[in-house]
Amino acid sequence: MADSDVKAMTANIDVVEFEETAFTTPVPLREAKVAIVTSASLHHPEDEDFSPMDTGYRVLKSQPRDYVMGHWSPNFDATGFALDINTVFPIDRLDELAAQGTIGSVADEHLAYAGNQFDLSAIRLDSGPAGAKFLKEQDVDVVLLTPV
Amino acid sequence: MSTLAHIFEAEGLATIALGSIKSQIETAAPPRGLWCDFPLGRPLGVPSDSEFQHRVLGKALELLDSPEPIFAEYDVSIIDDGTEVMACPMPPRHDPDLHPAIDEANGIRPAYERAIAKYGNRVGAGRTVEADDITTAIDAFIRVADGIPWKEAGVPGIPARVSQDIRGYYETAALALSDHAPSAWAGTRWFLDHTEAGKVVMAARQAMADAGEMQPIWFYMAPGDR
Repeated sequence: MADSDVKAMTANIDVVEFEETAFTTPVPLREAKVAIVTSASLHHPEDEDFSPMDTGYRVLKSQPRDYVMGHWSPNFDATGFALDINTVFPIDRLDELAAQGTIGSVADEHLAYAGNQFDLSAIRLDSGPAGAKFLKEQDVDVVLLTPV
Repeated sequence: MSTLAHIFEAEGLATIALGSIKSQIETAAPPRGLWCDFPLGRPLGVPSDSEFQHRVLGKALELLDSPEPIFAEYDVSIIDDGTEVMACPMPPRHDPDLHPAIDEANGIRPAYERAIAKYGNRVGAGRTVEADDITTAIDAFIRVADGIPWKEAGVPGIPARVSQDIRGYYETAALALSDHAPSAWAGTRWFLDHTEAGKVVMAARQAMADAGEMQPIWFYMAPGDR
């Protein structure tokens, strides 16, 4: 079993292709509020776990950083996240970039979705736009998207 | 991730999508995509290496300078060749009257607790099966491996999720049993190929497949290439 073997299994998975690529010109990075959105199914322990076909999202507060991996797929290494949350959710690194002035600030709340979805229609039509609205209401400018 | 990037960007957010699988991120073509040839589960590359993670982030943030959609490849690859296995000194057999997997799971409980105390319970037991009930779950899979239908064997939840809790229990314990940070998949290979519980999970999975159970019920008890 090698990582390439697992990746090769995804070769036949349909990927949504967009006819047009939306594009938002960002504010200068040193002024930007940055949030992380991950498909790693992270959640706080007290929050609802992800169900197998969960198309919703969970809000990840910046504190406490007690994130739990709720992903249903067995097809990735979890020990990297177990050792260091930044391997998947680089919140400490963003804090450091904000302290250096490289980015403007780090959002207080971030989002997690479940990446193991075969039908993305509910995310496209509902929870995706809802998540964007949630972030916009926080005045987020830039989103870093991380998979597992 | 790339789908969300398209959606968010249409809503007025600037995005940067990291991707670990080149064909996927190329096809989905997010507005700003960075393919990092890192193992699945490690999109920032190396745990506990802030300099490495900062270099990846720096490259990602550079994409914001592009006046149009852009796809880039990170210039460092981390390749898992499928051979490294965590080296974990295991406790000796304690109770010969117990199934080896049950005895083993009991034996690594102190290591599991040490790892939880150090790192928190990020991927360990608790999705469906709490740590106190891991041996009960293993015992149920022993019965499945012996030919008892899984619904009659006392499996305490959906088999894939129960298996994930057992794997998480072991991989978390391994962090305290080993003296080095594991490379990607080294913990999984250790669990599946070098522990008694891993052998039980794989035997139960095979028994369910042989019995004609629906494929999604047993397939996701282990990585799909197994």
